[in-house]
Amino acid sequence: MRTALVPSAMLPLAACAGRQSALDPQGLQSDEILRTFFIFLVIAAVVWVAVVIVLIIGMLRRKRAGDQPLGLHIPFERATGRVVLGLGLATLVIVLGLSIVSYAGQRTVFAKDEHALTLKVIGHQWWWEVRYEDDSPDRSFVTANEIRIPAGQPVKVELESADVIHSFWVPSLTGKMDLITGQKNELQFTARNAGVYRGQCAEFCGLQHAHMAFAVLALPPDEFGRWRDHENQNANIPTDQLGKQGEQLFRARGCALCHNIRGTLAGGQLGPDLTHVGSRTTIAAGTLPLTPATLGAWIADPQHIKPGNYMPKMPLQSGELIAILHYLEQLK
Amino acid sequence: MSVTADKRELRDDALNGLQLSTRLESLWRTPSGFLGALMSVDHKVVGRRYIVTAFVFLLLGGVLAILMRVQLAGPEQTFLSPDKYNQIFTMHGSTMMFLFAVPVMEAFAVYLVPLMVGTRNIAFPRLNAFSYWIFLFGGCFLWISFMLNVGPDVGWFAYVPLSSLQYTPTKRPDVWAQMITFTEVAALAVAVEIVVTVFKLRAPGMTLDRIPLFVWAMLVTAFLVMFAMPSIMVASTSLILDRLVNTRFYDSSSGGHPLLWQHLFWFFGHPEVYIIFIPGTGMVSAILATFARRPVVGYPVVILSLIATGFLSFGLWVHHMFVTGLPQLGAGLFTASSMLIAVPSGLQIFCWLATLWDGRPVYRTPLLFVIGFIVIFVLGGLSGVMVASVPIDTQVHDTYFVVAHFHYVLIGGAVFPLIGAVYYWFPKITGRMLSETLGRWNFWLAFVGFNVAFFPMHILGLIGMPRRVYTYTAEMDWAHLNLLSSGGAAIFAISFALLLANAILSLRSGALAGNNPWDASTLEWATTSPPAPQNFDRIPVVKHRDPLWADNESLPVVVGLSLERREVLLTTLAEADPQVREASPEPSIWPLLTAIATTVFFIGSIFTPWAVLWGTPPMAVALIGWFWPGGSKENEE
Repeated sequence: MRTALVPSAMLPLAACAGRQSALDPQGLQSDEILRTFFIFLVIAAVVWVAVVIVLIIGMLRRKRAGDQPLGLHIPFERATGRVVLGLGLATLVIVLGLSIVSYAGQRTVFAKDEHALTLKVIGHQWWWEVRYEDDSPDRSFVTANEIRIPAGQPVKVELESADVIHSFWVPSLTGKMDLITGQKNELQFTARNAGVYRGQCAEFCGLQHAHMAFAVLALPPDEFGRWRDHENQNANIPTDQLGKQGEQLFRARGCALCHNIRGTLAGGQLGPDLTHVGSRTTIAAGTLPLTPATLGAWIADPQHIKPGNYMPKMPLQSGELIAILHYLEQLK
Repeated sequence: MSVTADKRELRDDALNGLQLSTRLESLWRTPSGFLGALMSVDHKVVGRRYIVTAFVFLLLGGVLAILMRVQLAGPEQTFLSPDKYNQIFTMHGSTMMFLFAVPVMEAFAVYLVPLMVGTRNIAFPRLNAFSYWIFLFGGCFLWISFMLNVGPDVGWFAYVPLSSLQYTPTKRPDVWAQMITFTEVAALAVAVEIVVTVFKLRAPGMTLDRIPLFVWAMLVTAFLVMFAMPSIMVASTSLILDRLVNTRFYDSSSGGHPLLWQHLFWFFGHPEVYIIFIPGTGMVSAILATFARRPVVGYPVVILSLIATGFLSFGLWVHHMFVTGLPQLGAGLFTASSMLIAVPSGLQIFCWLATLWDGRPVYRTPLLFVIGFIVIFVLGGLSGVMVASVPIDTQVHDTYFVVAHFHYVLIGGAVFPLIGAVYYWFPKITGRMLSETLGRWNFWLAFVGFNVAFFPMHILGLIGMPRRVYTYTAEMDWAHLNLLSSGGAAIFAISFALLLANAILSLRSGALAGNNPWDASTLEWATTSPPAPQNFDRIPVVKHRDPLWADNESLPVVVGLSLERREVLLTTLAEADPQVREASPEPSIWPLLTAIATTVFFIGSIFTPWAVLWGTPPMAVALIGWFWPGGSKENEE
């Protein structure tokens, strides 16, 4: 009951921006980064203001009249030279100090916790495959474009790419990390509180780079456990006539060539896994909130919503569309 | 090569005044007519073309920037399709970096360095002409491709695997890769010319500690070009080999690695920033000395800073790759080395502030742009210190914060000095002054427009807006700042329209400049405006760092150069003692023909590997023509 309730209660949050701001940190790592940033910001502001003040005073200083070039008759320069060198030395000290501040922050941000929950995120043009892997295969499952994590617990995300370089970025939780073919990267973060945090691909990855977002849903730990148990199960089997018809059409119209629905004959591997698609909060990698209207619009003409993505527009009659939509909505 | 004394040869001590000028002019002038113009090897003619062409590309790149700002002014606009947008931001970056910023800086050097070191022409003038044609053809090739809808669309950084054949099967990345090779060939050629000109063609007496700061800056830049550009040429050539003949440099499934591209690209890409910025500092030093009415404080400090900046710029490319999963300790060290470059940059700023402080500044337009430069560039440098920090970079990398940062650095650090330099040297190049009134309007619109356009981007990046997105939703709360930024961009654009108008109006009816309208101290102001083809009737002898301020009387000169063939005087590297007289090449059509043959070869090779076979013979023929032993004059020896 609550498993179903929480996501729907969060839906409006996910539909609006969610939190995607480095200035609104909600994670231990993003806190630390913002702290480091503010130290830099204060020092930078002081230096900049000082330079501008010196510049203005230098410009306004009462100068002895004359258009005559000073030329060779340069005022005694040694004092000025000392000031310049002193300022250079001060710059060196500031820079070394900031390097130390930066390294301290870096160590905190990238500190590893061996007990972190591990999941794997694989970047695709232009969506996210999310794998919850476990030693026992029947506790492993795959989902897409939505990452649920336990709040208050460290999470380790292993990052890989299926095609080009992408970058995993949830600014309110931590900084970004690239997903690169032929390389395994990882990122650890801890969400302080339950909530919905928006993430977005940060590395230019082709035509629909702008529409490659995702949601991180931090749930209270017990709720996360229940969600995981539920997500682990196979897809609901439609009970009504329309749903059954939808399931058949899903295969007959070619959707199953790309999409996997666990527990059914649909086993495509190219597109997002749709086993529990009905319980997600957004569609098309965070492009739109998931509602019957947006899901229907997406199936009817995905190229209109996200031009150039790899889901082709399938010729469907309106009855067929309704049946497929009805079927997918049941996949909670 | 030196010519033994020949008593019957006519030398420049035999004539005086108008006779001498006329004789030299007919010896050094560019042949008349259209064909003659194509044959020119005069550094001033080539430099002027270079500058104008680079500014045309600035205009084109600027139009693209405005198109992007229109698209992003509001959420979910459909003014540009995603495909067009991706092409436009790629073309904007590629045009600004490869067709404007680097070429325009080298163009100013091509025009000014020979004048400032007191010689008649640049070293290797035919190579110089060739480099201009290559640059022009490469740039046109890129822009015509764009118009034909084969403009590159994978970013000016063209990261693999996105730019690989598998993910971009069109010809677009090939066009990009070949254009890179073209413009870098041009840049390398100019770099070699600058180095040799500065080392060997300086006027007698211009010892290393009397070289003008602008020339020093261009010398350091030339070395950066020579060490950085080969890296990108290797990278882009490997890319095009991967795409055209199926090599696997960047393919991780066959033992290559995508990160190899990034290392090669940024090993060029970071020095590139300084290749653009260091000439800007040279312009600042020149302008500041003239308008503060005194030499720049700490001449040796400025030079050592330039050299230190040049060295350090090669040791910090990794800060572009902090989020690619490199080892943490190494990344931390690159933080320190990146921040360290703030020290020499800071020292230069302090020297300039001290110059203003101790000078008697005259506030004309060029100085206004220098002051704008200090305000903007210092801010950009400080955000650069932030970006150099690993934890901060993991948040702001590839966001609008970085877009803001590098526009502050590149526009503040290079374009503001450059516009100042246009106002400063326009009288020398054209013989006419730019309007001071329009100049002030130009400055204030540029200063305000720039800051309104780019400052909000810092905040946009921090509140989550990634780069290179063609659209965003209203819910993201990015709309207001984007609209503000687009408005600022419009003001900034108007300032450039004003500059263009000012240039056109002044060319027609600007006040005559005279030799030295600003009462400046360096040698380019010792000759007429615009300079005669031979630059100087007699080669000056330099006895002071600021020769035109040191000597109230006319400059001492050396005599003895031939009046029967083009000759330049070679001097020793450190002390600039006269060494030998050296023949300087006559005008020639062959550099142009070689450039055409090279262009055909390179473009052909995109479409068929056979171009390597049929493309080389014309190049060989053109090169043979170019280097065919010269006319009878030289053989008289």
